[in-house]
Amino acid sequence: MSERGEHGGHVVSVPTYVGVFLALMALTGVTVWASGQDFGALNTGVALGIAVTKATLVVLFFMHVKYGSSLVKLYIVAAIVWLGILISITMSDYASRGWLGPRQSTAPYQIEDR
Amino acid sequence: MASADPHPALAHHFESLEVQKESATLGMWSFIAQEVLFFGAFLLVYTLHRNLYYPVFEACSHHLDLKLGAFNTAVLICSSLTMALAVHAAAVGKKRQIVAWLLATVLLGSVFLGVKVVEYHQKWEDQLVPGLRWGAAEDVGRELHLQGADVDHAQLYFSLYFGLTGLHALHMIVGIPIILWIAFRAHRGEFDAAYNTPVELTGLYWHFVDIVWIFLFPLLYLIGHH
Amino acid sequence: MTTEAPALPREHYLNVAYGWKSWLFTTDHKRIALLYLASVSLAFLAGGVFALLIRLELLTPAGDVVQAETYNRLFTMHGVVMVFFFMIPAIPAVLGNFLIPIMVGARDLAFPRINLLSWYLYVIGGLFAAYSILTGGLDTGWTFYTPYSTVYSNSNVVSAALGVFISGFSSILTGLNFIVTIHKMRAPGLTWFRLPLFVWAHYATSLIQVLGTPVIAATILLVALERVLHLGFFDPTRGGDPVLFQHLFWFYSHPAVYIMILPAMGVISELVAAFSRKRIFGYAFVAMSSLAIAALSFLVWGHHMFISGQSAYAGLVFSALSFLVAIPSAVKVFNWTATLYKGSISFQAPMLYVFAFIGLFTIGGLTGLFLASLGLDIHVTDTYFIVAHFHYVMVGGTTMAYLGGLHFWWPKITGRMYPEWWARLAALMVFVGFNLTFFPQFVVGYLGMPRRYYAYPPEFQVLNVLSSAGATILGAGYVLPMVYMVWSMRYGKIASANPWAAKGLEWETSSPPPTENFPRQPVVEEEAYHYAPDLVVGHGAPSPGAVSHG
Repeated sequence: MSERGEHGGHVVSVPTYVGVFLALMALTGVTVWASGQDFGALNTGVALGIAVTKATLVVLFFMHVKYGSSLVKLYIVAAIVWLGILISITMSDYASRGWLGPRQSTAPYQIEDR
Repeated sequence: MASADPHPALAHHFESLEVQKESATLGMWSFIAQEVLFFGAFLLVYTLHRNLYYPVFEACSHHLDLKLGAFNTAVLICSSLTMALAVHAAAVGKKRQIVAWLLATVLLGSVFLGVKVVEYHQKWEDQLVPGLRWGAAEDVGRELHLQGADVDHAQLYFSLYFGLTGLHALHMIVGIPIILWIAFRAHRGEFDAAYNTPVELTGLYWHFVDIVWIFLFPLLYLIGHH
Repeated sequence: MTTEAPALPREHYLNVAYGWKSWLFTTDHKRIALLYLASVSLAFLAGGVFALLIRLELLTPAGDVVQAETYNRLFTMHGVVMVFFFMIPAIPAVLGNFLIPIMVGARDLAFPRINLLSWYLYVIGGLFAAYSILTGGLDTGWTFYTPYSTVYSNSNVVSAALGVFISGFSSILTGLNFIVTIHKMRAPGLTWFRLPLFVWAHYATSLIQVLGTPVIAATILLVALERVLHLGFFDPTRGGDPVLFQHLFWFYSHPAVYIMILPAMGVISELVAAFSRKRIFGYAFVAMSSLAIAALSFLVWGHHMFISGQSAYAGLVFSALSFLVAIPSAVKVFNWTATLYKGSISFQAPMLYVFAFIGLFTIGGLTGLFLASLGLDIHVTDTYFIVAHFHYVMVGGTTMAYLGGLHFWWPKITGRMYPEWWARLAALMVFVGFNLTFFPQFVVGYLGMPRRYYAYPPEFQVLNVLSSAGATILGAGYVLPMVYMVWSMRYGKIASANPWAAKGLEWETSSPPPTENFPRQPVVEEEAYHYAPDLVVGHGAPSPGAVSHG
């Protein structure tokens, strides 16, 4: 199995780079502005969504993944999915305390006195 | 296949420069993948404690200097652009441009680190460095507008702040000499359009460091400014 | 069949250069494999000594050989050394390093210098661990549970933690090297489904190493930082959570056990094919099952935490998923068995280890299912039942496979045969000693004897004495190969290029191989394990016993 290396031909152009750069700067401004707004339960989602968008631009264009091999794309997805497994399953433990069984405390682990 | 004279950069165990380059790229991406999990473990610690103590995290986040954080974010994005332009110059074989853009990247990276020194120094002055210089409960409480157990929980926030940004800064401190060395090699004419893998790999590393900050900035500096 | 006595090739990777620099600065994957062989053997000896001291204490119900605190250090260091410095590196770093480039028809791994760096990181990590041991040891259990490790323990936590941290990067870099090599450096004609199953197994292992190890690196670093700087992430009195540590720790440490077993399964596949002279039954299923194990292994870590305070809902989900992960392992056992059926089987030492593996791994794996069952686990957790379970899979499984593989590829690595009858004796001693050591532990654990205690109720003594007796036999069984393998390097019968008449690229080059592995780039035109089909049971290709004798 051989993948076409990114150097198989495609060189990203300078205008593309500059365009991505301007988008990143703009999104930075947006995220600062957004933090001053109140979207209720969506606050964190908005901030993370903007960060994910910026990261995607960097990965696709600055890191050439858009023109790269599908193996690399698979790698990136795998790393993100694996991190997702770590965080989501662990947090689901905390979120589900008290869902089953009679005597589980619903409060997260806390000790008030010292 | 290889021509009569293999490229001087071709290692003995690779069939061709292309395989060598693809292997190096895949290797760097594997390294980046494990870095995602490495930082990710700290992000899990962050996620849990932010969920447990949101008001504390909010108060502590307000204490950070948003302007410096935003400025640094902009600086790092600029450095990503200069790095991408350096890689581009290498791909088209423009030796002097490679060096120039790489040095610009180093300059911007150094500015970033300089700002971090300023921020860390400020925290030190404010006695908000857990484990090394953490003020008395009343002083910290007054500084952060917190009281009671929340003051102690603020240590968790600042431990994460120093841990995450410190780890990030460490990656930059390692990266900058590497960029300088690659710039030196470029200056010596070691790279051409056929072979510029070290520049590309350095670029991948630097962009990853940028991506980490893209997440750290909102997670640490932008918690609830409504 | 050879009619003349084999001779060593004139130039090979061992005699091409001499002197300590040619070893410590080598980038030849075969020499690096031998560097690892020496280091992991040392680690195994150290871990074994701790084990013998443990079994010595447990001969009598009273705690009368060492103090309780000392005993805590003994079992901790047995675990830390064995897990991080023997089990995790052994097969990948010794056999994998040596064989993978040859099996894919390449001249070396993708990144030879990083390979050497991996070894140095292992050694440095080992030195940190050795420092921890020599200055009093660690007493937290190999699991470093907080807040004991971060706040209350008076032992050398930080140096041990740093040792684990550093050696973790050795593991990551090895995995990275294997992944790239297998993707990019296969010989012409060597498609994925022509690869030996040994390579598939190591590919899956490498995925786990790259994705899982960084998490424990981060976690153990946090433990060290928390201890030194009195942070509070894992300390309930500071607002932190010990269960968070356990989530992070086991997210790696469960997949880690698959880092330990998958390469062993790869070895077994190779040995089963060679010693039954048949293609592995269900090759594609065995290959895919390695990937399935790697993926599923990341979804079950909570079964180590059933009684730790995680939610009952999480316990339920982890329990169900843990049953699932047994399936691909069972697929392998069924396929090996089907391969043996109507095969032309011979019983040299490597094959004895194979039979030991299949039986003992099955027992260990089945008891793993008992433990996956939440209701049962609650009763036997933290007892010797658990200890027996994991020793069955790690010692009855991985270590058997490691020894089997070491014997099988010994002629390739050294150009010499090991002495066959001594090897069979050692295999027998290991098998008998192993079962005598660990089967009583299932019983005594089910009866309620807790683990990590230096004293126990007198009614458990008989079983413990059996176990300690077994441990002595097991220890002797392990020392024996160390002696005769070293002996054979100088005095062993010289081996031909293919003493087992086995299939595989490694057998198509000389024993030992040249530095570049092959005189010419091999081109692969056949499937893996392309043994001549037997029309009549037992006839056909010559059995390996005809060509080699020890």
